[in-house]
Amino acid sequence: MMRTGIALFAFALAGGAAAQEAKVVLKDGPGKDKAMQCAACHSLDYIQMNSHFLDKAGWTASINKMINAFGAPISKEDVEPIADYLAQNYGKPAAK
Amino acid sequence: MKKVNDGIPASASRRKLLTGAAGAGVLTALGATRVLADAVGSSGALGFAELPDGALSEQMLYALPGKVPLIKKTFRPPNFETPIDYFRAPVTPNNAFFVRYHIADIPEVKAEEWTLGVGGESAGRELKFTLSQLRKEFKAAETMAVCQCSGNRRGLFEPHVAGVEWGVGAMGNALWRGVRLKDVLDKAGIKADALEVAFDGADHAVLDKTPDFVKSLPIEIARNQDTLIAFEMNGKPLPHWNGFPARLVVPGWTGTYWVKHLVSIKVISKPETNFWMSTAYRLPRGKFKTPSFKSQVGEANEPITTMVVNSLIASLKNGQQIPHGKPLEVKGIAWDGGAGIAGVEISADAGTTWRIARLGKDLGRFSFREFALAIPARERGSMVVMARATSRSGETQVEQLIHNPAGYHHNVIQRLDLKIV
Repeated sequence: MMRTGIALFAFALAGGAAAQEAKVVLKDGPGKDKAMQCAACHSLDYIQMNSHFLDKAGWTASINKMINAFGAPISKEDVEPIADYLAQNYGKPAAK
Repeated sequence: MKKVNDGIPASASRRKLLTGAAGAGVLTALGATRVLADAVGSSGALGFAELPDGALSEQMLYALPGKVPLIKKTFRPPNFETPIDYFRAPVTPNNAFFVRYHIADIPEVKAEEWTLGVGGESAGRELKFTLSQLRKEFKAAETMAVCQCSGNRRGLFEPHVAGVEWGVGAMGNALWRGVRLKDVLDKAGIKADALEVAFDGADHAVLDKTPDFVKSLPIEIARNQDTLIAFEMNGKPLPHWNGFPARLVVPGWTGTYWVKHLVSIKVISKPETNFWMSTAYRLPRGKFKTPSFKSQVGEANEPITTMVVNSLIASLKNGQQIPHGKPLEVKGIAWDGGAGIAGVEISADAGTTWRIARLGKDLGRFSFREFALAIPARERGSMVVMARATSRSGETQVEQLIHNPAGYHHNVIQRLDLKIV
């Protein structure tokens, strides 16, 4: 269960950081809405920071780590669309 | 006179160092403005492999409350890196010290409400201390020591590995003051079967299912006289973002063990098995020559322990144009996991020949050590400047990256391409 009250409290402490964080936006594309679930636990800049060097398998491994090691409440059906979205928008460019 | 580590007279050196730190603050306030105008925290600009392009474009300078503008890697949990300008002084100012958290619920702890619990199945008894009790009941101790994130320079890995894509600034050096962990443990009593000591901070994860950040140390490291429960940093209370009101200080060991906002200490008879010990912060077994954390060694991997020898040239930028006829001043800092720095060599010809740099004042074996070398004026053209530190245990920086899955222990020799014009 989310400890929303505490999370908000932490936000308040960080002062303007929450406002700054709100400016971090993900690219538009299919699966973006599902990828936004990541923001429950961390700012979305973790995604940009880890681009563009992971392929779909790399992003899938990251999502699974969030679910299995950190208990992220992401449903099994959402793993594939999120991995597709991340690989498409923040993935390693395809070899030419 | 009381001695700190490698024989620095405590009171005199402290005064001098604090003056130094204050001076650095002025210098770096100006420095920060310059960083703003530059690309922020490009590792390529420092003569290393470049950060991932997404990390470069997303990072920015941002000031958390009580901090100067630092290089923002992530907002939540907060991960902020110290810009290069602050490494032109051997002691890192508190307000420029890097910030690293794993989990996002970080309470603002009030000193008067804070207590530290000491116990565990291998402790003689359970004790609870307030801050004033700790200060009153135990002898004060202090040490100058580098706190460096295990993943400092992860962003410079080629190929890149996932994680916080740090440049060179997930580190800092400070004079830490508090009480010895050993003294506190002795008061509680340590049973014969004690194997490790586990530490928990006041910070928590946002989800109940996320493992709380708990770290353990081998009992002998916990009992080492250098290991502190610190309340002060460079003569001031710890900043909130660096663990107020008390944090663990484990000189020589990587930052992951320096638990912030410390609230619980448990002496245990079995290895701590939570995620942060059993899965995270691990190196392929035997890949590095650092000491082994014996009770935690697994089949394939083992925990990271002490820092590897390293150095950073802070006086030059890659691609910098040097006016012809002027000597070149190569200055920077070197550090290691606690043997102390034996020497730093500088090459001005891409590693063909090396000259020994002058070392700055010895602030203790766990501290940054300054180095400097003036290279006589040269003919016009390009030159490659490199720095290579060697520790008193004979360990030297590597030429090729020792790649490992989590991106730890980057100590590749820096290589700056300069132009004499």
